[in-house]
Amino acid sequence: MPDHQPDVSAKARFEPRIVAFFCNWCTYLAADLAGTSRMKYAPNARVIRVMCSGRVDPQFVLDAFARGADGVLIGGCHPGDCHYQEGNYKALRRFRLLRRLVRDLGIEEERIRLEWISAAEGDRVRAVIDDMVEKVRALGPLDLKTTAQEISAAEVAA
Amino acid sequence: MPETSNPSAANRETARVGVYVCHCGTNIAGTVDVKALADYGASLPGVAVSREYKYMCSDPGQALIQQDIRDHKLNRIVVASCSPLLHEPTFRRVLNRAGINPFFLQMVNIREHVSWVHLDKAAATQKTKDLVRAAVRRVSLHKPLQKRQVPINPTVLVVGGGIAGIHAALTLADAGKQVYLVEREPTIGGHMAMFDKTFPTLDCAACILTPKMTSVGSHPHIKLWTYSEVVQVEGYVGNYKVKVKHKPRYVIDDLCIGCQECIAACVYKEGKTADEFNLGLSKRKPVYLPFPQAVPQKVVIDRETCIEFKSGKCKKTCIEACGDRHAIDFKQKESFEEIEVGTIVLATGFKTFDPKRNPYYGYGRYPNVYTSLEMERLINASGPTNGEIVMRDGKKPQSVGIIHCVGSRDANTNRWCSKVCCMYSLKLAHLVRERTGAEVFNFYIDMRTPGKGYEEFYDRLLDEGVHFVRGRVAEVSDFAAHSSEKGKLVIRAEDTLAGFVRRIPVDMVILSVGLEPQADAQDVRRLFNISCASEGWFLERHPQLAPVSTFTEGVYIAGACQGPKDIPDSVAQAGAAAAEALALIDAQFVEPEPYTAFVLEGDCSGCKSCIPLCPYQAISFLEEKKKASINEVLCKGCGTCVAGCPSGSIAQNFFEDEEIFEEIEGVLAYA
Repeated sequence: MPDHQPDVSAKARFEPRIVAFFCNWCTYLAADLAGTSRMKYAPNARVIRVMCSGRVDPQFVLDAFARGADGVLIGGCHPGDCHYQEGNYKALRRFRLLRRLVRDLGIEEERIRLEWISAAEGDRVRAVIDDMVEKVRALGPLDLKTTAQEISAAEVAA
Repeated sequence: MPETSNPSAANRETARVGVYVCHCGTNIAGTVDVKALADYGASLPGVAVSREYKYMCSDPGQALIQQDIRDHKLNRIVVASCSPLLHEPTFRRVLNRAGINPFFLQMVNIREHVSWVHLDKAAATQKTKDLVRAAVRRVSLHKPLQKRQVPINPTVLVVGGGIAGIHAALTLADAGKQVYLVEREPTIGGHMAMFDKTFPTLDCAACILTPKMTSVGSHPHIKLWTYSEVVQVEGYVGNYKVKVKHKPRYVIDDLCIGCQECIAACVYKEGKTADEFNLGLSKRKPVYLPFPQAVPQKVVIDRETCIEFKSGKCKKTCIEACGDRHAIDFKQKESFEEIEVGTIVLATGFKTFDPKRNPYYGYGRYPNVYTSLEMERLINASGPTNGEIVMRDGKKPQSVGIIHCVGSRDANTNRWCSKVCCMYSLKLAHLVRERTGAEVFNFYIDMRTPGKGYEEFYDRLLDEGVHFVRGRVAEVSDFAAHSSEKGKLVIRAEDTLAGFVRRIPVDMVILSVGLEPQADAQDVRRLFNISCASEGWFLERHPQLAPVSTFTEGVYIAGACQGPKDIPDSVAQAGAAAAEALALIDAQFVEPEPYTAFVLEGDCSGCKSCIPLCPYQAISFLEEKKKASINEVLCKGCGTCVAGCPSGSIAQNFFEDEEIFEEIEGVLAYA
């Protein structure tokens, strides 16, 4: 149990850990804007800044899951708006494959998400993080060990 | 998971990290337990000193870090404060001054991303601990980086020839810089050229604007391109390549002397086309000069209405009139020109709200409902009526109603205050009353007159006997409920000061339309790789501290393209944008972030899969070595090739895989 849930009442409520990769030019700025606009949202996401969503190596996502993240969020500029012309398309391309891989690993699709959030959309950062936290909370903690056992058991049975 | 290589393991062992937690007054300390966070920082492996301080970015705060670097032999710094986009440069300078590489810094954003967005103090503090832990682990792996210097092309491109663009271009050109001013209309002058008087001094707009327009046209350092548009922008700060399209005006610029004999000679004896400059309040011929003081003084032929273009059977009396000058060329085609500039000032302005979107005000239905901009033309001495304020039937109005906030401060249209309407409404009220003696009624929500001499102008209007009714107008109609309302326009509004609904019959209604982003603002911002705020105004780098800069280095914004602005503010911003551009130019070079990618040659298998990933053609293939190679100058540091390399043999400075892995593992290594 994470050390920020000391009291008993909180223990009952599962607090998902979300690792978020935000691009420097759109989504990171949107998160800054949410801050300067004093919007309030769930404190579950930990933002890691990358220059472009195209920098998000699928290994980062897998590593995050392996190290205990319950969900991974990638935020980039809207199609056509990438600061580097088309890095977000590269991110989308990889994301499509990655989502299938993640599904095959037994990880629910709702745990991984790619969102286009422009520098003006502070409210969208709030909405997306709140929504993702709720969805992942409903799924419960990601237990890769059990998942792996289930998959191999199913393979044996087959 | 990549195995940690030896040099970084060594880094981790020798790292002496200083952690600095900023209170930001109560901005952070109000929500985050800064003491607990600093204590937690001290407990992390590799941390030699961990402190909290009220304002880390202040002089004493910076001095504190500098002193600690010396006293405690720190070689890595973590600052937990505001967004790195705000103060990363500040703290990097601190490291530099203290004699360590500025890239040995990692910022933790605990204000915008934590204290300002969370309410639960425990959860917020925990989040900051996770982020600081990740930063401490990451910073230990940071490598020393050097910024390289890129020379700046001293030529500047100014886009938009309104007052902001004109002022920016003149400021830069007077400083001796070569300026290209590109304007899509056939003349410069923008909206200001349409006005008669300017508030609050009632200066004649033309008298203060046209000399500046003439200066632009004749300035040795300004290349003025009207009827032209930027169609392509490539490159980066200091070295932009811009493609400009010249639309055909069917008149050869260099040969036309502006005598306008062709206009007089046109087979059309009278104008038949709605005159754009007079907003359709007068007619023009197919060959025309937008307005008498237009710069440049070159006529334009309108392809849509010219008989020669429509049928090819015109007598072409214009060509006859032009005679030996041979300035008219019906075969002119659009042409393209490529220029190289170092910096760009965008001053693309605004458009006015279309009041047809508020049908209850009757615009377009009742002929005597005008927009404020149409009124500017009616009042203008060189306008369609030579400054006579007359209605469509030629009569002078006895009573005039001015409705404020049309398309402003309205949840159904635009929420923002357009900032200029109160003052221009007062100006129009004054001018209408002065010239016609009509009773003038202003219907307002709030009077907003902040500005030098503005409130005094409002006071003056109150003394002049202009009526003010506080309340948003519900409707303008021609329905007469009483004989006194017959043949009039009836303005129905709740008078919120008197507390009842009023019906005020008037002859003429002026709608004080608000300001909106240009219809193609989204296309323009994509072209120049900048952002728009949600309303569509161009987004500045920082609303207070970098109001004319954008997130794209070397691209500046001035005037109403950034948000509603009056003339003094637009001019001030244009001057600021010019100064920012000059500062860059005079520094002679820029130092881009060194976040470039590089190939680890030993690991590269020469598969070439990275080459098509790069949008800047920065990656080439070395045939003799069978390895990829990245051109550091062309690389802009997005990192897409790094993520795409199947063998992990491309790395990105400051965003190396192991640094990011360390950050991921850091945020997740709780308890």
